[in-house]
Amino acid sequence: MSDVAQECAELVASRRVGAYHHLTFVAPGIAKLARPGQFVAVAVGGEEPATLLRRCFSLHKVSPAGAHRGTVDLVVSAVGAGTRWLTALRTHDRTDVVGPLGRPFPLPKEPVATVLVGGGYGSAPLFWLADTLRSRGCRVDMVLGAATEERLFGAVEARRSADSVVVTTDDGSVGHRGWVSDVLPAVITHSRAAVVYACGPMGMLRSVTEVAAEHGAVAQVAVEESMACGVGVCMTCVMPVRGNDGATRMVRSCVEGPVFRGDRVRWDAFADGRCLVPEDAVGAAAMRAH
Amino acid sequence: MAPVDLSTDLGGVVLPNPVMTASGCAANGRELHRFVDVASLGAFVTKTVMSQPRSGRPTPRMAETPSGMLNSIGLQGPGIRAFCEEDLPWLREHGARVLVSIAGGTAGEFADVAAHLAASPAYDCVAGVEVNISCPNVANRGQVFACNPEASAKVLTLVRERLPSGTPLFAKLSPDVTDIVEIAASVLGSGATGLTMINTLLGVVIDTERLRPQLAAVTGGLSGPAVRAVAVRAVWQVHAAMRAGTLPEAPIIGVGGVRTGADALELVAAGACAVQVGTATFHDPTAPRLALDGLAGLVAAHGFDRFADVVGIAHERT
Ligand SMILES: Cc1cc2nc3c(=O)[nH]c(=O)nc-3n(C[C@H](O)[C@H](O)[C@H](O)COP(=O)(O)OP(=O)(O)OC[C@H]3O[C@@H](n4cnc5c(N)ncnc54)[C@H](O)[C@@H]3O)c2cc1C
Ligand SMILES: Cc1cc2nc3c(=O)[nH]c(=O)nc-3n(C[C@H](O)[C@H](O)[C@H](O)COP(=O)(O)O)c2cc1C
Ligand code: FES
Repeated sequence: MSDVAQECAELVASRRVGAYHHLTFVAPGIAKLARPGQFVAVAVGGEEPATLLRRCFSLHKVSPAGAHRGTVDLVVSAVGAGTRWLTALRTHDRTDVVGPLGRPFPLPKEPVATVLVGGGYGSAPLFWLADTLRSRGCRVDMVLGAATEERLFGAVEARRSADSVVVTTDDGSVGHRGWVSDVLPAVITHSRAAVVYACGPMGMLRSVTEVAAEHGAVAQVAVEESMACGVGVCMTCVMPVRGNDGATRMVRSCVEGPVFRGDRVRWDAFADGRCLVPEDAVGAAAMRAH
Repeated sequence: MAPVDLSTDLGGVVLPNPVMTASGCAANGRELHRFVDVASLGAFVTKTVMSQPRSGRPTPRMAETPSGMLNSIGLQGPGIRAFCEEDLPWLREHGARVLVSIAGGTAGEFADVAAHLAASPAYDCVAGVEVNISCPNVANRGQVFACNPEASAKVLTLVRERLPSGTPLFAKLSPDVTDIVEIAASVLGSGATGLTMINTLLGVVIDTERLRPQLAAVTGGLSGPAVRAVAVRAVWQVHAAMRAGTLPEAPIIGVGGVRTGADALELVAAGACAVQVGTATFHDPTAPRLALDGLAGLVAAHGFDRFADVVGIAHERT
């Protein structure tokens, strides 16, 4: 398995960006190892935490040679006890961070055109990915979507990182009114993209996969499943994914993901906030026996 | 000051120290080994394995609770064949002493899994077998074996027959029973060398936004510091019965809510001669190591030079 670091990381900057908090932690070990698409598992709650489980966040960017010998940046939406604790930290507070975790976005060998699609804070890892792709000669077009302007992350940054940017919001407060999947076909057609990278809610990832397939592009999607450990030991984060042999297995999204080829994910199993085990999945028969 | 002698006797097999992983909380070693050398643990306890590959249950499979969590993994795993071909040899190569956790839907399946394990070329790294009887008994409409003394006894008897006589055999008990001492008596009378206590407690969490159970499987097992006092109670009751002579003397492995050395020491003082660290590993992947270091420090700080002298000591101080 790949290298990983565990660091008691000092918070050196915390600022509000729309509905989110942008946090910078000193974590040289993680910064040195990380690739776009990987994530970190952060301890929340302090010394004797009632919130025992790690919270996972995509790496927004890393600065391996920055002012503090190496920092990592996260974009956090405060939605519950753990994220509220994290966003209430003051500079110089510390917490334990493990990473980098999971598999990064695979990069194309040739300088092909790409489209990067982000939903809400799901755009956080895409700017770093865009820079990496452009340094390899790839064309990068971006589509960013969110419910409201407040929940849109990085529209300004995007103009620096991408060849073009299209924005959508559900309420039309900025950009096109509607969903990323409404504008995506035209963007792919125009750029002749071979790969579409996406990070955001499951429903969005599913429609990005469908649109990409219709246009002959490969979708690489970064998923977000409930994770208790983030390091591969608990089996809570599984989802049904087809392997090279065509068989569907319940695989751990924290170690085999979070990035999957969209056409390998069994989207048919997801509904209403749950994910069922497909009947043809490896080991499903034994579950029916007892 | 001489270093504390941390060794512990699991009923014939002596381990260099008393701290282990807990089944299902450390997978089968590779992932944890990035954080803790599996050979540095007293023993590595593997994820419960059954005869066939299992997909596990639908998701969500977990819900956080105050100082704990619910899980409904459903014993996802590769099946005993793949386990013996891939996982056990890896653990052996990395110098681990392995406590292999097994289960079945019938007493016969438990026995088949044990037989397959005993035939493995890597069997010499097996320090013991832990029988997870907290799983549903197909023959008894899904009631867990561990809730029924006869069903538990039958499993232990059949598994014992399939293992070499020198292999310590531990029965892992559920706290969700009326009288845990009765179940302990039944398994110790049927070939178990010792006991592991406790498995998770059954719970339900309601998602108050959707007004429905948070777990797709509805019920799940509660674990973490929230259950520690229940684990200490179970170890206490069973060890007390052994001291009173109403149960045969046998090694107890304590598990439930251990995060720190002090948590481990509670179980030890109540009567456990080894301790497993489970859910705390999700909080910190080095938790088993931290608990071991903490426990060693506390045993020394109390002025003992042998860990074994602390086992059950609280019973002398009531
Ligand atoms: C790979 C990955 C990358 C992520 N990246 C980001 C990011 O860049 N920015 C961001 O704001 N959030 C991100 N998330 C989601 C973030 O982990 C959750 O919002 C957070 O765990 C919620 O914790 P809480 O205590 O505030 O909420 P609570 O609802 O109180 O959390 C309770 C439990 O459920 C789990 N949980 C709840 N919601 C989620 C969720 N959406 N995903 C996973 N676990 C959840 C928590 O880990 C915790 O164990 C990511 C999740 C994953 C798996
Ligand atoms: C995610 C998870 C999976 C588990 N899987 C198993 C298992 O496969 N077999 C088993 O005997 N116990 C299993 N357990 C129970 C633990 O081994 C342990 O008995 C229990 O969690 C109490 O200890 P803890 O509070 O330290 O976690 C599991 C627990 C958790 C949290
Ligand atoms: S989060 Fe624990 S195995 Fe993936």
